[in-house]
Amino acid sequence: MEFALSEEQRLLQDSVRRFLEQNAPLDKVRLAAGNTHTVQRSLWAGASELGIPGMLIPEDFGGMGLGFLDAAIVYEMIGRHVAPLPFLGTTVMAPLALMLAGSEAQQEKWLPKIAAGEIVAGVAITEKIGIREDAGVKALNGKLTGKSLFVIDWAEADFYIVADSDHGLHLVLPDAKGLSRRALNTIDKTRSVGELVFDRVAAEPLPRSSADAVARMIDAGRVMLAADTLGAGQMMLEKAVAYAGERKQFGRVIGSFQAVKHLCAEMAAALEPSRSLVWYAAHALDEVPGDARLMACHAKSHLSEVGRFVARTATEVHGGMGFTDLLGLHYWFKRIGLDRQLLGGPELVRLEAARLQGWAA
Amino acid sequence: MDLAYGPKYEAFREEVRAFLTKHKDQAPRGLGAAGRPSPEACSWQQLLIQHGYAARTIPKDYGGYGAKPDILESRIIAEEFSSARVPSALQNQGISMLVPTLLELGTEEQKKKWVKPTLRGEVVWCQGYSEPGSGSDLASLQTKATEDGDDFVINGQKIWTSTAHEADMIFCLVRTEPDKPKHEGISYLIFSMKTPGIEVRPLTTMTGHAEFNEVFFTDVRVPKTQIVGQRGQGWLVANATLKYERGMLGDPAAMETRFQALVDLMREETVDGQRAIDNPIFRDRLIRLQAELAAMKFNGLRLLTSASRGEDPGLARLIVKLQSCELTHQISALAIDVMGEFGVLYDDSPYLRSHGSWQWGYMFQLGLIIGGGTAQIQKNIISERGLGMPREPKLAK
Repeated sequence: MEFALSEEQRLLQDSVRRFLEQNAPLDKVRLAAGNTHTVQRSLWAGASELGIPGMLIPEDFGGMGLGFLDAAIVYEMIGRHVAPLPFLGTTVMAPLALMLAGSEAQQEKWLPKIAAGEIVAGVAITEKIGIREDAGVKALNGKLTGKSLFVIDWAEADFYIVADSDHGLHLVLPDAKGLSRRALNTIDKTRSVGELVFDRVAAEPLPRSSADAVARMIDAGRVMLAADTLGAGQMMLEKAVAYAGERKQFGRVIGSFQAVKHLCAEMAAALEPSRSLVWYAAHALDEVPGDARLMACHAKSHLSEVGRFVARTATEVHGGMGFTDLLGLHYWFKRIGLDRQLLGGPELVRLEAARLQGWAA
Repeated sequence: MDLAYGPKYEAFREEVRAFLTKHKDQAPRGLGAAGRPSPEACSWQQLLIQHGYAARTIPKDYGGYGAKPDILESRIIAEEFSSARVPSALQNQGISMLVPTLLELGTEEQKKKWVKPTLRGEVVWCQGYSEPGSGSDLASLQTKATEDGDDFVINGQKIWTSTAHEADMIFCLVRTEPDKPKHEGISYLIFSMKTPGIEVRPLTTMTGHAEFNEVFFTDVRVPKTQIVGQRGQGWLVANATLKYERGMLGDPAAMETRFQALVDLMREETVDGQRAIDNPIFRDRLIRLQAELAAMKFNGLRLLTSASRGEDPGLARLIVKLQSCELTHQISALAIDVMGEFGVLYDDSPYLRSHGSWQWGYMFQLGLIIGGGTAQIQKNIISERGLGMPREPKLAK
């Protein structure tokens, strides 16, 4: 019985932390945020040396063959450093689609390239969770028509995995005829999302597509977003504690006032159990199939709530400075803001959790 | 991450199950958590001690079973007793607070005299700590013990003394050195509740019941030998005890039972013929609590692992009292809300649900948020010890 990270996992997390401390400091984040819809190639290449892009891909395809808990603790570090990396789509959701639903030929063609960090893969799946306006993609005679919003890792993608309205998954190349693309500018400039519009676009179906495969991609994505929020929230708390220990008013550091201290205590009290929940939800994806979907819902919705609380509270502890661009605290605030809405906001996700337990139609 | 217990522990689990199958018919019904255990409860407790399912790690010389501490074994015992719905070992302030304190800091004679009958449920204790003027600032307590020959003579008042009306004995903090700084002038005494000069008055709370008492001392004479630890060191002795009290709160299994009862309630209660669980707003609140409960449950597993490795889990432990009390309170609050007007029925009213236990719980649990270190004191502890933030500038001596 051991509910803890293994020695290897702690080493992995430390190595990613050190890499990001050195290679993704705030000034680099600022630069990247000025060019949102580009991939930071040198940073991604550095991450590749650590094996990050292919961490979930089997060793036969050049990856590390690690599990979702490993991926979650890495994304936690990426969130901690608000690092502009195409992790969610490229490292987690697209490889998962290929492994669960792709043909051998598709796997052989694409997985090694992802593992090598050579390419970026976008994922168009938002409409499987909720359809806004007239979005949605229909597949007819091997061609896709319609549109998908909030495509994950949209910028510079070398291919997209696209979910149609009928649980089919397709692989679409960015230069396919009839495909038009628009960037969507969100508050979070560290990750790119965009729109794909399909007008009878030729697409390569993933032959083993199924509702289960789509659902598992979403489960995994949700756990990762929860982990990202955990890392970003933890960093905001640490920054708040540090700031409160330096800033003086009324002749005292503000961290000696209970009004301020208690805000920090409340953040810590919310974050610590959240960490345990994220660990278990990721572990369940690897090892406890019966729990995986419900726990992914709980992790996503709970971290969305805790994240929102921490993001605003840590900003308040920083007072006026937290509200400015000078400290850059807003990068974390905005990262948590996007995490909350992607792949289903907490109310939608909780409805799904209710359905899973037979508590809702 | 490995959530299996492994063959050695599974074998142990089988032993516990075999015991339960064989003996569960002997288990008493309705084992009170506090107060004086019935004769049946006492003999059940003795059977449990004999087999190592109570007082498991207390040395044999002092009436325990004498096993080496193993947190996973303790956990398995708790799991199996709970799933068999068989009352587990007695839990009261004597067992969970006084016994560990005596074992750590008592004299040989005190250990020999008190530990065994306390473990067996034969001696019931109450805790004399809080006073009307000393709650969060416990160390400011004013109950005086003055020296007179071989005795201390005690005058003063304690409050929040649960089970005082039934207790045989009290472990009590008194001021023996009024001129010293507040933390250095306290002593820890143990004495009989039958000592002349003690008056116990029930303290009725907002629940309408007297879950606590006030205890008044007028010239109560206690032999000086009945001190635990050194004179003036009672604060340190008490802190050893408080550490055990905090461990008592925040049991995820108990919260899960309450949550399951809430789910059952929401399947039964209807408004306009619609079940509460089919109301999207109530349901959303329910799932929100379920996620928080899951987080606390896995946090508990993390603490268990740290404890089994002898590591200090830091923040993950410091937040337990605050978060558990709040979550328990929220569960009761939702139960009341789904019942609507039925939720405020009380006493022996017609239409009363679950004997009024949700409303009683909602009120009583507010007491738990305040007692045993208020939520605000918990936040001080989390921020100062867990996050390393500066302490309040000290004004009072």
